[in-house]
Amino acid sequence: MLERTPPQFREVQEITMQTDTRDILAHATRQAESFEDYFLVDIDAHVTETSFWPEILESIDNEVIRQMGQAIAGRPGSGNVALLNAQPGILYQHAYGRIPHQQALLEKVDNKSVHHFVELARRSMDALGLDYQVVFPTPMLTLGMHPQDDIEAAVGAAYNKWLVERILPQDERLKGMIYLPFNTPEACVEEVNKYAGNKSVIGYSVVSTRNKPVHHNSYMKLYATMEETGKPFSFHSGFNWNDPSFLQLNRFISMHALSFVHYSLIHMTNWIINGIPERFPKLKVLWIESGLAWIPYLMQRLDHEYQMRTCEAPMLKKLPSDYMRDMFYTSQPLEKTNLKLLQATMEAFNADTQLLYASDWPHWDFDAPSSITTIPFLSDQAKRNILGLNAARLFNLDVKRMRPKARDVLAARPGVS
Amino acid sequence: MREVNIGPASEFADPGRKIVAFENFEVGVFKVGGAFYAYLNHCPHMGGPACQGKIIPKVDEVIAPDRTSKGFEFSKTQLNVVCPWHGFEFDIRTGKHAGHSKARLRPMKVRVESGDVVLTVPDAREQPVAEAAEA
Repeated sequence: MLERTPPQFREVQEITMQTDTRDILAHATRQAESFEDYFLVDIDAHVTETSFWPEILESIDNEVIRQMGQAIAGRPGSGNVALLNAQPGILYQHAYGRIPHQQALLEKVDNKSVHHFVELARRSMDALGLDYQVVFPTPMLTLGMHPQDDIEAAVGAAYNKWLVERILPQDERLKGMIYLPFNTPEACVEEVNKYAGNKSVIGYSVVSTRNKPVHHNSYMKLYATMEETGKPFSFHSGFNWNDPSFLQLNRFISMHALSFVHYSLIHMTNWIINGIPERFPKLKVLWIESGLAWIPYLMQRLDHEYQMRTCEAPMLKKLPSDYMRDMFYTSQPLEKTNLKLLQATMEAFNADTQLLYASDWPHWDFDAPSSITTIPFLSDQAKRNILGLNAARLFNLDVKRMRPKARDVLAARPGVS
Repeated sequence: MREVNIGPASEFADPGRKIVAFENFEVGVFKVGGAFYAYLNHCPHMGGPACQGKIIPKVDEVIAPDRTSKGFEFSKTQLNVVCPWHGFEFDIRTGKHAGHSKARLRPMKVRVESGDVVLTVPDAREQPVAEAAEA
């Protein structure tokens, strides 16, 4: 029967940079109705810290570097890039406007009772169905390649101060892993000591995009300090088109596909071959944002060569892959185009106990929790572990429901789907 | 199934679209080159709102007779809609992914009758299923 009046439908609009996060993610909210009783932790989401750059610049402790930053920021067009080494002219992640949420989240925010970012984060947590979310920076992911170590240390410390003092106290669902300015080991120790006792700081992170060998003796005090606190240490990977090898790659897709994994491969190899797990057996290590496919590759490669060249890795008491199985990994960007390979990959490193869900929201290659719930070979318990219980165990989080019901989130957005 | 009149065809720009939401699903209705096409607003990749994304021509690479590349250009014939979640691009005329034809949007019946655009959609109690679970 042809329906003419009244209309049995509503109209929804094109998604743009101005669209509310809850509307962008409405389909994820609908998916979340099917795992309403799961405990969900997102280990890797991002703030675009440059949106609040004046706040971070004013948090720089050193008065000269603070003045430098604020002076640069006063120059037209430099307000949100002062002191940073990112290359904004070639940040192509949004696929040239095709993925608006990566371009910018310019939605209207009326709630002035909390920081603008906290409101955006709440919207994403509610829409994705998350109980907790761990916040990482975005342009600062390349700060490890900054030519000036003192700038990395000053900006890193300022970001930590901003995150811990202005953002995290406003919502207990938000957690942080503080930025370690790894080019200056003693500054890292200082940051760890500063925040080790803070309950919202659940660990420490190094952005992997750097050329510092992680086994260097100058880092042993840092590892010992972190180990003593009992909180995990993570490597958050990123990309760097300026790496000499990657300068051969003419497209962003090519560089991006390789670069994250490249840094994880190098740091993991140095970490294991130099026996760091044997030297710091209680230091829990997490590898963030390289997907999973690199893990079985490196396990096989290192095991193969280790058995022929054991003399070069005398600290090891078991195969490299055994050490890799002791570590933890985040899921995003999850390679799912071949489920047989994914299953073998997950089995290789005991994903049921070692894998932690990460969204990477609001970045262009984010994964909704359905990326895990739709994997056909995983048991219900494995899905629960990956989506939250493994994180609760690693980070000592209370397993309690912190999020609204998905249907209530949808109901609060009448007129949109 | 039921038929729903979603309004006059004259309201559509060309190229243009209207995305209509029903009880628990939406349909993107597109007009391109005078013809109408409709798809479930559900990306086969991760369930994103594929029909709510940017409309943009397919990108082609120009290869000269000597097989050297002459760079990119926008297609003069193929218009795509891009899922705003992750950038999956679909040919509006076929619903197929621009580079992986096995991934496609689920087509819905649409026609013009007496100047109105009429869509055939599942009944309220039916849950529409996407064309492919995972691309």
